Amino acid sequence: MIYIQGLVQSAILLGAILGIVAYLTWLERKFSGRLQSRVGPYLVGRPHGWLQPIADGLKLISKEDITPSRADRLLFNLAPAWIVVVSLLGFAFLPLTANWVLVNMDLGLLYFTAIGSLLVIGVFAAGWASNNKYALLSSLRSAAQIVAYEVPLLLSLLVPAILAGSLDFKDIIEAQESYWFITFPVIGQISFLIFLLAALAESNKMPFDLSEAESELIAGFNIEYSGMKFAYFYLGEYAHLMAVSLLVSIVFFGGPLGPLLPGGLWIAIKTLAVFLGILWIRWSFLRIRIDQLMMLNWKILTPISFINLLLAGLWVSLNL
Amino acid sequence: MVSYVNLVIYFCLVVLFAIITLFIAKLIRFRDPNFDPVKLQPYECGEDPVGDAWAKFPVSFYLIALVFVLFDVEVAFIFPWILALPKLGLIAFIEMFIFLFILFLGWIYAFKKGALKWERNQ
Repeated sequence: MIYIQGLVQSAILLGAILGIVAYLTWLERKFSGRLQSRVGPYLVGRPHGWLQPIADGLKLISKEDITPSRADRLLFNLAPAWIVVVSLLGFAFLPLTANWVLVNMDLGLLYFTAIGSLLVIGVFAAGWASNNKYALLSSLRSAAQIVAYEVPLLLSLLVPAILAGSLDFKDIIEAQESYWFITFPVIGQISFLIFLLAALAESNKMPFDLSEAESELIAGFNIEYSGMKFAYFYLGEYAHLMAVSLLVSIVFFGGPLGPLLPGGLWIAIKTLAVFLGILWIRWSFLRIRIDQLMMLNWKILTPISFINLLLAGLWVSLNL
Repeated sequence: MVSYVNLVIYFCLVVLFAIITLFIAKLIRFRDPNFDPVKLQPYECGEDPVGDAWAKFPVSFYLIALVFVLFDVEVAFIFPWILALPKLGLIAFIEMFIFLFILFLGWIYAFKKGALKWERNQ
Protein backbone atom coordinates (compact mmCIF):
# COMPACT_ATOMS: atom_id res chain seq x y z
CA MET A 1 0.00 0.00 0.00
CA ILE A 2 2.69 2.52 0.96
CA TYR A 3 4.48 1.67 -2.28
CA ILE A 4 1.44 2.56 -4.39
CA GLN A 5 0.91 5.72 -2.38
CA GLY A 6 4.57 6.66 -2.81
CA LEU A 7 4.43 5.93 -6.51
CA VAL A 8 1.35 8.10 -7.04
CA GLN A 9 2.79 10.97 -5.02
CA SER A 10 6.17 10.78 -6.77
CA ALA A 11 4.56 10.66 -10.21
CA ILE A 12 2.37 13.68 -9.43
CA LEU A 13 5.34 15.62 -8.06
CA LEU A 14 7.53 14.81 -11.06
CA GLY A 15 4.78 15.65 -13.55
CA ALA A 16 3.99 18.91 -11.79
CA ILE A 17 7.65 19.96 -11.71
CA LEU A 18 8.16 19.18 -15.40
CA GLY A 19 5.02 21.11 -16.36
CA ILE A 20 5.89 24.09 -14.20
CA VAL A 21 9.50 24.18 -15.44
CA ALA A 22 8.29 24.11 -19.05
CA TYR A 23 6.07 27.10 -18.38
CA LEU A 24 8.83 28.90 -16.47
CA THR A 25 10.82 29.02 -19.72
CA TRP A 26 7.77 30.59 -21.37
CA LEU A 27 7.44 33.04 -18.46
CA GLU A 28 11.11 34.01 -18.75
CA ARG A 29 10.78 34.71 -22.47
CA LYS A 30 7.64 36.76 -21.90
CA PHE A 31 9.17 38.66 -18.99
CA SER A 32 12.48 39.38 -20.72
CA GLY A 33 10.54 40.44 -23.80
CA ARG A 34 8.58 42.96 -21.76
CA LEU A 35 11.77 44.27 -20.12
CA GLN A 36 13.18 44.95 -23.58
CA SER A 37 9.94 46.44 -25.00
CA ARG A 38 9.11 43.33 -27.02
CA VAL A 39 6.14 40.97 -26.62
CA GLY A 40 8.05 37.69 -26.47
CA PRO A 41 6.56 34.48 -27.92
CA TYR A 42 3.20 35.26 -29.48
CA LEU A 43 2.32 33.14 -32.49
CA VAL A 44 2.27 29.53 -31.21
CA GLY A 45 -1.04 29.25 -29.34
CA ARG A 46 -3.21 32.33 -29.61
CA PRO A 47 -3.40 34.24 -26.37
CA HIS A 48 0.29 35.08 -25.86
CA GLY A 49 1.90 31.98 -27.28
CA TRP A 50 0.86 29.65 -24.48
CA LEU A 51 1.71 26.53 -26.54
CA GLN A 52 5.34 27.67 -27.02
CA PRO A 53 6.91 25.29 -24.41
CA ILE A 54 5.18 22.29 -26.01
CA ALA A 55 6.32 23.36 -29.47
CA ASP A 56 9.87 23.78 -28.13
CA GLY A 57 9.80 20.33 -26.57
CA LEU A 58 8.51 18.64 -29.73
CA LYS A 59 11.09 20.45 -31.82
CA LEU A 60 13.99 19.52 -29.54
CA ILE A 61 12.97 15.87 -29.27
CA SER A 62 12.84 15.50 -33.06
CA LYS A 63 16.18 17.24 -33.75
CA GLU A 64 19.18 15.47 -35.20
CA ASP A 65 21.57 14.26 -32.52
CA ILE A 66 25.33 14.55 -33.04
CA THR A 67 28.09 13.03 -30.94
CA PRO A 68 31.45 14.46 -32.01
CA SER A 69 33.85 11.78 -33.22
CA ARG A 70 36.57 12.72 -30.72
CA ALA A 71 34.29 12.97 -27.69
CA ASP A 72 34.34 10.61 -24.74
CA ARG A 73 31.10 8.82 -25.66
CA LEU A 74 30.14 7.42 -22.25
CA LEU A 75 30.61 10.68 -20.31
CA PHE A 76 29.15 12.68 -23.18
CA ASN A 77 25.88 10.77 -22.96
CA LEU A 78 25.88 10.46 -19.19
CA ALA A 79 26.40 14.15 -18.32
CA PRO A 80 23.00 15.55 -19.45
CA ALA A 81 21.12 12.72 -17.77
CA TRP A 82 23.16 13.29 -14.60
CA ILE A 83 22.27 16.99 -14.57
CA VAL A 84 18.56 16.31 -15.05
CA VAL A 85 18.42 13.62 -12.37
CA VAL A 86 20.32 15.69 -9.82
CA SER A 87 18.36 18.88 -10.38
CA LEU A 88 15.00 17.09 -10.18
CA LEU A 89 15.98 15.05 -7.12
CA GLY A 90 16.27 18.08 -4.80
CA PHE A 91 12.51 18.71 -4.93
CA ALA A 92 11.82 15.56 -2.94
CA PHE A 93 12.90 17.29 0.29
CA LEU A 94 11.17 20.65 -0.12
CA PRO A 95 7.74 21.01 1.53
CA LEU A 96 5.13 22.26 -0.93
CA THR A 97 2.35 22.99 1.56
CA ALA A 98 2.33 23.44 5.34
CA ASN A 99 2.36 19.68 5.95
CA TRP A 100 3.05 17.89 2.68
CA VAL A 101 6.56 16.88 1.66
CA LEU A 102 7.47 13.82 -0.38
CA VAL A 103 10.42 12.71 1.74
CA ASN A 104 9.79 13.70 5.32
CA MET A 105 13.09 13.61 7.20
CA ASP A 106 14.66 15.72 9.90
CA LEU A 107 17.83 16.39 7.89
CA GLY A 108 16.08 17.76 4.79
CA LEU A 109 18.33 20.81 4.49
CA LEU A 110 21.50 18.71 4.65
CA TYR A 111 20.25 16.30 1.98
CA PHE A 112 19.08 19.12 -0.23
CA THR A 113 22.46 20.89 -0.17
CA ALA A 114 24.34 17.61 -0.61
CA ILE A 115 22.35 16.72 -3.73
CA GLY A 116 22.56 20.28 -5.03
CA SER A 117 26.35 20.21 -4.94
CA LEU A 118 26.46 17.11 -7.17
CA LEU A 119 25.45 19.34 -10.08
CA VAL A 120 29.02 20.50 -10.67
CA ILE A 121 30.08 16.95 -11.62
CA GLY A 122 27.61 16.90 -14.52
CA VAL A 123 28.69 20.33 -15.73
CA PHE A 124 32.35 19.40 -15.65
CA ALA A 125 31.76 15.98 -17.25
CA ALA A 126 29.84 17.62 -20.10
CA GLY A 127 32.59 20.12 -20.84
CA TRP A 128 35.38 17.59 -20.50
CA ALA A 129 33.74 14.86 -22.58
CA SER A 130 32.98 17.20 -25.49
CA ASN A 131 36.70 17.49 -26.31
CA ASN A 132 36.14 21.03 -27.45
CA LYS A 133 38.35 23.88 -26.24
CA TYR A 134 35.49 26.29 -25.60
CA ALA A 135 33.50 23.66 -23.75
CA LEU A 136 36.47 22.68 -21.60
CA LEU A 137 37.30 26.30 -20.71
CA SER A 138 33.68 26.97 -19.86
CA SER A 139 33.32 23.89 -17.69
CA LEU A 140 36.57 24.72 -15.84
CA ARG A 141 35.32 28.21 -15.17
CA SER A 142 31.94 27.08 -14.01
CA ALA A 143 33.39 24.31 -11.84
CA ALA A 144 35.68 26.85 -10.13
CA GLN A 145 32.79 29.27 -9.78
CA ILE A 146 30.27 26.77 -8.40
CA VAL A 147 32.82 25.29 -6.00
CA ALA A 148 33.94 28.72 -4.75
CA TYR A 149 30.41 30.05 -4.22
CA GLU A 150 29.38 26.87 -2.45
CA VAL A 151 31.02 28.21 0.74
CA PRO A 152 29.05 31.49 1.17
CA LEU A 153 25.93 29.72 -0.14
CA LEU A 154 26.03 27.08 2.58
CA LEU A 155 27.09 29.50 5.32
CA SER A 156 24.24 31.90 4.60
CA LEU A 157 21.74 29.06 4.20
CA LEU A 158 22.72 27.80 7.66
CA VAL A 159 21.70 31.07 9.33
CA PRO A 160 17.92 30.31 9.17
CA ALA A 161 18.74 26.77 10.33
CA ILE A 162 20.57 28.18 13.37
CA LEU A 163 17.73 30.57 14.19
CA ALA A 164 15.25 27.68 13.95
CA GLY A 165 17.62 25.25 15.70
CA SER A 166 16.83 22.50 13.21
CA LEU A 167 17.73 21.18 9.76
CA ASP A 168 14.13 20.08 9.10
CA PHE A 169 12.29 22.35 6.65
CA LYS A 170 9.07 21.90 8.62
CA ASP A 171 10.70 23.19 11.81
CA ILE A 172 12.23 26.09 9.88
CA ILE A 173 8.76 27.03 8.62
CA GLU A 174 7.22 26.62 12.09
CA ALA A 175 9.88 28.85 13.64
CA GLN A 176 8.77 31.64 11.30
CA GLU A 177 5.23 31.79 12.69
CA SER A 178 5.86 35.10 14.50
CA TYR A 179 8.30 36.69 12.03
CA TRP A 180 9.90 35.70 8.72
CA PHE A 181 13.66 35.23 8.87
CA ILE A 182 14.16 37.90 6.21
CA THR A 183 12.88 40.45 8.75
CA PHE A 184 15.37 39.41 11.45
CA PRO A 185 17.45 42.55 12.10
CA VAL A 186 20.73 42.71 10.14
CA ILE A 187 21.51 38.96 10.20
CA GLY A 188 18.44 38.01 8.15
CA GLN A 189 18.95 40.58 5.41
CA ILE A 190 22.69 39.96 5.09
CA SER A 191 22.29 36.21 4.80
CA PHE A 192 19.46 36.65 2.29
CA LEU A 193 21.56 38.93 0.09
CA ILE A 194 24.61 36.65 0.25
CA PHE A 195 22.45 33.61 -0.48
CA LEU A 196 20.87 35.31 -3.47
CA LEU A 197 24.25 36.34 -4.92
CA ALA A 198 25.76 32.90 -4.33
CA ALA A 199 22.72 31.14 -5.78
CA LEU A 200 22.92 33.30 -8.92
CA ALA A 201 26.58 32.35 -9.24
CA GLU A 202 25.79 28.68 -8.63
CA SER A 203 23.18 28.51 -11.35
CA ASN A 204 25.31 30.57 -13.77
CA LYS A 205 22.85 33.45 -13.99
CA MET A 206 23.53 36.83 -15.42
CA PRO A 207 25.93 38.92 -13.42
CA PHE A 208 27.94 35.71 -13.01
CA ASP A 209 27.23 33.75 -16.19
CA LEU A 210 30.91 33.41 -17.10
CA SER A 211 30.49 29.85 -18.22
CA GLU A 212 28.14 30.96 -20.98
CA ALA A 213 29.95 34.15 -21.94
CA GLU A 214 28.79 34.24 -25.55
CA SER A 215 31.36 36.75 -26.68
CA GLU A 216 34.27 34.60 -25.45
CA LEU A 217 33.06 31.02 -25.27
CA ILE A 218 30.26 30.82 -27.90
CA ALA A 219 27.73 28.96 -25.75
CA GLY A 220 29.61 27.31 -22.93
CA PHE A 221 29.94 23.72 -21.80
CA ASN A 222 26.87 22.54 -23.76
CA ILE A 223 28.18 23.73 -27.13
CA GLU A 224 28.57 20.25 -28.68
CA TYR A 225 25.15 19.05 -27.57
CA SER A 226 22.09 18.92 -29.77
CA GLY A 227 18.55 17.59 -29.68
CA MET A 228 17.20 16.08 -26.50
CA LYS A 229 20.55 16.15 -24.70
CA PHE A 230 20.71 19.90 -25.16
CA ALA A 231 17.14 20.14 -23.88
CA TYR A 232 18.26 18.30 -20.75
CA PHE A 233 20.72 21.07 -19.90
CA TYR A 234 17.96 23.62 -20.30
CA LEU A 235 15.57 21.56 -18.20
CA GLY A 236 18.20 21.06 -15.51
CA GLU A 237 19.03 24.77 -15.41
CA TYR A 238 15.43 25.85 -14.97
CA ALA A 239 14.61 23.09 -12.51
CA HIS A 240 17.60 24.21 -10.45
CA LEU A 241 16.46 27.82 -10.60
CA MET A 242 12.98 26.82 -9.51
CA ALA A 243 14.41 24.79 -6.62
CA VAL A 244 16.45 27.82 -5.53
CA SER A 245 13.38 30.08 -5.65
CA LEU A 246 11.37 27.54 -3.67
CA LEU A 247 14.17 27.22 -1.12
CA VAL A 248 14.44 31.00 -0.67
CA SER A 249 10.69 31.31 -0.21
CA ILE A 250 10.76 28.55 2.42
CA VAL A 251 13.78 29.50 4.51
CA PHE A 252 13.58 33.30 4.30
CA PHE A 253 9.96 34.18 3.48
CA GLY A 254 8.11 31.72 5.69
CA GLY A 255 6.99 29.37 2.92
CA PRO A 256 3.30 28.48 3.29
CA LEU A 257 2.71 30.98 6.12
CA GLY A 258 0.40 33.87 5.32
CA PRO A 259 -3.08 35.19 6.01
CA LEU A 260 -6.35 34.09 4.32
CA LEU A 261 -5.08 32.02 1.38
CA PRO A 262 -4.13 28.32 1.76
CA GLY A 263 -0.46 27.45 2.32
CA GLY A 264 0.16 25.93 -1.09
CA LEU A 265 -0.97 29.11 -2.80
CA TRP A 266 1.24 31.30 -0.59
CA ILE A 267 4.29 29.20 -1.35
CA ALA A 268 3.51 29.40 -5.09
CA ILE A 269 3.14 33.20 -4.95
CA LYS A 270 6.39 33.64 -3.00
CA THR A 271 8.31 31.25 -5.27
CA LEU A 272 7.06 33.06 -8.36
CA ALA A 273 8.02 36.42 -6.86
CA VAL A 274 11.55 35.22 -6.10
CA PHE A 275 11.85 33.68 -9.58
CA LEU A 276 10.77 36.93 -11.24
CA GLY A 277 13.24 38.81 -9.03
CA ILE A 278 16.05 36.56 -10.24
CA LEU A 279 14.95 37.13 -13.84
CA TRP A 280 14.87 40.88 -13.25
CA ILE A 281 18.46 40.80 -11.97
CA ARG A 282 19.45 38.58 -14.87
CA TRP A 283 18.08 40.90 -17.53
CA SER A 284 19.33 44.11 -15.91
CA PHE A 285 23.02 43.65 -15.12
CA LEU A 286 26.20 43.16 -17.10
CA ARG A 287 28.58 40.24 -16.77
CA ILE A 288 31.61 40.70 -14.48
CA ARG A 289 35.15 39.41 -15.10
CA ILE A 290 36.32 36.13 -13.62
CA ASP A 291 38.98 37.69 -11.38
CA GLN A 292 36.34 40.09 -10.03
CA LEU A 293 34.06 37.11 -9.48
CA MET A 294 36.66 35.24 -7.47
CA MET A 295 37.68 38.31 -5.47
CA LEU A 296 34.05 39.08 -4.64
CA ASN A 297 33.71 35.57 -3.27
CA TRP A 298 36.94 35.13 -1.30
CA LYS A 299 37.48 38.70 -0.11
CA ILE A 300 33.93 39.87 0.61
CA LEU A 301 31.24 37.19 0.69
CA THR A 302 33.11 34.45 2.58
CA PRO A 303 34.33 36.58 5.54
CA ILE A 304 31.00 38.40 5.85
CA SER A 305 29.03 35.17 5.83
CA PHE A 306 31.34 33.71 8.51
CA ILE A 307 30.82 36.72 10.78
CA ASN A 308 27.09 36.60 10.07
CA LEU A 309 26.93 32.93 11.01
CA LEU A 310 28.82 33.56 14.27
CA LEU A 311 26.48 36.45 15.15
CA ALA A 312 23.46 34.21 14.61
CA GLY A 313 25.11 31.49 16.73
CA LEU A 314 25.84 34.03 19.52
CA TRP A 315 22.23 35.21 19.51
CA VAL A 316 20.90 31.67 19.77
CA SER A 317 23.37 30.59 22.48
CA LEU A 318 22.59 33.65 24.64
CA ASN A 319 18.80 33.11 24.47
CA LEU A 320 18.72 29.75 26.20
CA MET B 1 10.48 4.89 7.26
CA VAL B 2 7.79 5.71 4.71
CA SER B 3 9.88 8.71 3.65
CA TYR B 4 12.81 6.61 2.50
CA VAL B 5 10.48 4.40 0.44
CA ASN B 6 9.23 7.58 -1.23
CA LEU B 7 12.80 8.73 -1.86
CA VAL B 8 13.76 5.48 -3.57
CA ILE B 9 10.58 5.47 -5.70
CA TYR B 10 11.09 9.12 -6.68
CA PHE B 11 14.73 8.50 -7.55
CA CYS B 12 13.79 5.52 -9.77
CA LEU B 13 11.05 7.58 -11.47
CA VAL B 14 13.44 10.45 -12.22
CA VAL B 15 16.10 8.10 -13.63
CA LEU B 16 13.47 6.30 -15.71
CA PHE B 17 12.19 9.63 -17.01
CA ALA B 18 15.70 10.63 -18.09
CA ILE B 19 16.37 7.30 -19.84
CA ILE B 20 12.95 6.85 -21.48
CA THR B 21 12.87 10.39 -22.87
CA LEU B 22 16.31 9.90 -24.43
CA PHE B 23 15.11 6.58 -25.86
CA ILE B 24 11.97 8.14 -27.38
CA ALA B 25 14.13 10.90 -28.84
CA LYS B 26 16.35 8.22 -30.35
CA LEU B 27 13.33 6.59 -32.02
CA ILE B 28 11.73 9.68 -33.53
CA ARG B 29 14.61 12.06 -34.13
CA PHE B 30 15.57 13.35 -37.55
CA ARG B 31 18.24 11.43 -39.48
CA ASP B 32 20.09 13.28 -42.21
CA PRO B 33 19.94 11.14 -45.41
CA ASN B 34 23.11 12.74 -46.81
CA PHE B 35 25.08 13.03 -43.59
CA ASP B 36 28.34 14.93 -43.87
CA PRO B 37 31.05 13.56 -41.52
CA VAL B 38 32.40 17.09 -41.09
CA LYS B 39 29.56 17.53 -38.61
CA LEU B 40 31.39 15.19 -36.25
CA GLN B 41 34.28 17.63 -35.80
CA PRO B 42 34.54 19.79 -32.68
CA TYR B 43 32.78 23.10 -33.23
CA GLU B 44 35.31 25.89 -33.60
CA CYS B 45 33.57 28.41 -35.82
CA GLY B 46 34.51 26.59 -39.03
CA GLU B 47 38.25 26.34 -38.39
CA ASP B 48 39.94 22.94 -38.31
CA PRO B 49 40.70 22.34 -34.63
CA VAL B 50 44.42 22.32 -33.75
CA GLY B 51 45.34 19.55 -31.32
CA ASP B 52 43.28 18.01 -28.57
CA ALA B 53 41.21 20.01 -26.10
CA TRP B 54 42.50 17.80 -23.29
CA ALA B 55 45.56 19.94 -22.61
CA LYS B 56 47.11 21.77 -19.65
CA PHE B 57 45.06 24.41 -17.89
CA PRO B 58 45.95 27.14 -15.36
CA VAL B 59 46.95 26.10 -11.86
CA SER B 60 44.51 28.61 -10.31
CA PHE B 61 41.68 26.14 -10.82
CA TYR B 62 43.43 23.51 -8.70
CA LEU B 63 44.14 26.06 -5.95
CA ILE B 64 40.49 27.12 -5.84
CA ALA B 65 39.49 23.48 -5.48
CA LEU B 66 42.00 23.00 -2.63
CA VAL B 67 40.79 26.06 -0.71
CA PHE B 68 37.22 24.88 -1.29
CA VAL B 69 37.94 21.53 0.36
CA LEU B 70 39.31 23.37 3.42
CA PHE B 71 36.17 25.47 3.81
CA ASP B 72 33.66 22.80 2.86
CA VAL B 73 34.92 20.29 5.43
CA GLU B 74 34.53 23.01 8.02
CA VAL B 75 30.92 23.62 6.89
CA ALA B 76 30.35 19.90 7.38
CA PHE B 77 31.40 20.43 11.03
CA ILE B 78 28.90 23.28 11.41
CA PHE B 79 25.88 21.08 10.50
CA PRO B 80 25.89 19.00 13.73
CA TRP B 81 26.89 22.10 15.71
CA ILE B 82 23.61 23.78 14.69
CA LEU B 83 21.57 20.95 16.20
CA ALA B 84 23.58 20.93 19.44
CA LEU B 85 23.73 24.71 19.91
CA PRO B 86 20.33 25.28 21.64
CA LYS B 87 21.18 22.58 24.24
CA LEU B 88 24.87 23.38 24.86
CA GLY B 89 24.63 27.16 24.76
CA LEU B 90 27.56 29.53 25.12
CA ILE B 91 30.24 26.81 25.53
CA ALA B 92 29.47 25.41 22.07
CA PHE B 93 29.55 28.91 20.64
CA ILE B 94 32.98 29.65 22.11
CA GLU B 95 34.36 26.34 20.83
CA MET B 96 33.09 27.05 17.32
CA PHE B 97 34.53 30.57 17.58
CA ILE B 98 38.00 29.16 18.35
CA PHE B 99 37.69 26.65 15.50
CA LEU B 100 36.64 29.33 13.02
CA PHE B 101 39.40 31.65 14.27
CA ILE B 102 42.05 29.02 13.47
CA LEU B 103 40.44 28.60 10.07
CA PHE B 104 40.51 32.37 9.64
CA LEU B 105 44.31 32.28 10.18
CA GLY B 106 44.45 29.67 7.41
CA TRP B 107 42.42 31.96 5.16
CA ILE B 108 44.87 34.82 5.84
CA TYR B 109 47.81 32.49 5.07
CA ALA B 110 46.24 31.42 1.76
CA PHE B 111 45.64 35.07 0.97
CA LYS B 112 49.20 36.20 1.74
CA LYS B 113 50.62 33.33 -0.33
CA GLY B 114 48.49 34.51 -3.26
CA ALA B 115 46.52 31.28 -3.60
CA LEU B 116 43.32 33.25 -4.18
CA LYS B 117 44.82 35.66 -6.68
CA TRP B 118 43.54 35.07 -10.18
CA GLU B 119 46.10 36.69 -12.50
CA ARG B 120 49.66 35.52 -12.18
CA ASN B 121 52.80 37.06 -13.64
CA GLN B 122 54.14 34.76 -16.31
